[in-house]
Amino acid sequence: MAILVGRDTKLITVGFTGKQGTFHSLQSRDYGTNFVGGVTPGKGGTVHEGFPVFNTIAESMEKTEANAAMIFVPPPFAADSILECIDAGMPLIIAITEGIPIVDMVKVKAALKGSSSRLIGPNCPGIITPGECKIGIMPGHIHMPGKVGVISRSGTLTYEAVYQLTSREIGQSTCVGIGGDPVNGTNFIDMLELFEKDPDTEAVIMIGEIGGSAEAEAAHWIKKNMTKPVVSFIAGASAPAGKRMGHAGAIISGGDDTAEAKFRILEECGVTIARSPAELGEKMEEALKARG
Amino acid sequence: MNVHEYQAKELMRNFGIATLDGKMATSVDDAVKAAEELGGNLWVVKAQIHAGGRGKAGGVKIAKSLDEVREHATNILGATLITHQTGPEGKQVNRLFIEQGCDIDHEYYAGLVLDRATGKITFMASIEGGIEIEKVAEETPEKIIKVSVDPAAGFTPFIGRKLAYGIGMKDKEMVKKASKFFKGLYDLYVATDCTIAEINPLVTTKSGDVIALDAKLNFDDNALFRHPDILAMQDETEESALELEAAEYGLSYISLDGSIGCLVNGAGLAMGTMDIIKLEGGSPANFLDVGGSATKEAVEKAFSIILSDPNVKAILVNIFGGIMKCDIIAEGVVAAAASLELKVPLIVRLEGTNVNLGKKILSESTLDIIAAEDLGDAARKAVAAAKGEA
Repeated sequence: MAILVGRDTKLITVGFTGKQGTFHSLQSRDYGTNFVGGVTPGKGGTVHEGFPVFNTIAESMEKTEANAAMIFVPPPFAADSILECIDAGMPLIIAITEGIPIVDMVKVKAALKGSSSRLIGPNCPGIITPGECKIGIMPGHIHMPGKVGVISRSGTLTYEAVYQLTSREIGQSTCVGIGGDPVNGTNFIDMLELFEKDPDTEAVIMIGEIGGSAEAEAAHWIKKNMTKPVVSFIAGASAPAGKRMGHAGAIISGGDDTAEAKFRILEECGVTIARSPAELGEKMEEALKARG
Repeated sequence: MNVHEYQAKELMRNFGIATLDGKMATSVDDAVKAAEELGGNLWVVKAQIHAGGRGKAGGVKIAKSLDEVREHATNILGATLITHQTGPEGKQVNRLFIEQGCDIDHEYYAGLVLDRATGKITFMASIEGGIEIEKVAEETPEKIIKVSVDPAAGFTPFIGRKLAYGIGMKDKEMVKKASKFFKGLYDLYVATDCTIAEINPLVTTKSGDVIALDAKLNFDDNALFRHPDILAMQDETEESALELEAAEYGLSYISLDGSIGCLVNGAGLAMGTMDIIKLEGGSPANFLDVGGSATKEAVEKAFSIILSDPNVKAILVNIFGGIMKCDIIAEGVVAAAASLELKVPLIVRLEGTNVNLGKKILSESTLDIIAAEDLGDAARKAVAAAKGEA
């Protein structure tokens, strides 16, 4: 099953009864995801859109055997919901919420350490194994089952990459948005490691951004450990220093977090780089051909 | 969000951090009056702008008499300071901070930031203060010490000692006072949701005090909802009027100096669109992310903000609908073009959720739109249009 999510995934949504939570939960169900219910404190015992609602995450896991939670809770309360998932031992947590305070995420990051949970996001489009399971806000129909893994800090750029792949009839194994915030649950290396081990994945597209050192660390990891081809684009080559480009994490602060520096390190580590986001599909096609 | 030095010091005093007495003034007369009230015979007249490097640019002056306070205040207030952080256009000084002087013994550096690699709040301190820390990091990195704070344990006394001894303090009383300062800075950082807390310089005085002589605090915009007191400190004259206006509509807008206006959904795709415009030989006039839940009105507003820039020679709309639906964008585009008398070429690329509906709305309008097939095509057409080749 590709990585992290597939036919065995049982999904609940935290913040299910809200407008966004409802809409995207039903979209996930319509895509074929095994959606089993939701959590909204105070609404436990009710039924929403034909699905059971629970007061606590622990109870929802006990009653539905859910093994993945999608977080649609507003920013002031989202970190608390993630902490509740970790406490309940939820194996996979996908936080879509944008705008969680950094200090809250510092606490979440500490709580994740040594726990049995993996957090994807926050501020991300989610994760999809095409044809099997969609958790998040991405448009399902642009995807196609196949052998290329996609990891990205940006939502819409992921769609762009997937669209270019599907247009060339190159399918995807799993697409993961790790989110655009400075503190997140899962980094590029975690995902690269899973894709490297996954027999259903033959190559990986990695989409990074200005700010931070995650891409540079991933580049060094790829050089040492990765046998599958990686194609990469870094957004923000034209961004001025010191300005926050929408994502809280996309701000150039030092010398090594510019797009130019990241492209250079990736290239030095044997990653195929696409200087233009319009070239991702083409470069992947070439990389797959070269591999045979 | 940034605040001025005088506001930062006000917050710091609440957390037990020692600063010198001072008063903010917006006129020369008030500046002199402030100095009088503070008393003593040594004052520092400091320009209050949201940028570092004020001293070098002539924005910080020592005064030994009230006449000198008047003289410096007259020179600095209303002047435009150009520093390495203001950009070539500089920043106008609208506020002064009149502070007491002190006898400096040594200047140190102290900063608190998020270390993204570990997800921990991390101290940086150095025996070399009063100069740019970037320079110290480059030339003598061994003179910077870093200490991360375990989020579960929080600030514990050893952290203060490690930092104080680490920057070369030896005197027991001094180490104690410095430790108290470091604890105050950490408490402030966490309690007020800072993203940067930087004290440069942190000084020791001949009389044995540890004082924050300058202060730069930067706050997490995502946490301002729980700090109305800090939000109230925002000096709107320091912010771009257009960026503030955009934010009111949930738009993330940053003005740049090129000729192609961009309207995109998603921060990553917005950056990617700017990048590809550059690669095709053009230059973006702005970064604009309409976000995932923009309304028709927000799209209209986005157009009026983009068009308020006289350098814009063409507009590129690049939407990959996910949460954002293409028909909403299309309706906004049609409405904006009708109300704003669009005179520059408009290039539109739509893909994703409700794309056919969006395309239908555009084709049924009377708008003269250059339709683009994909991202590459859109960028090429926008660059050509901006050069008058469309």
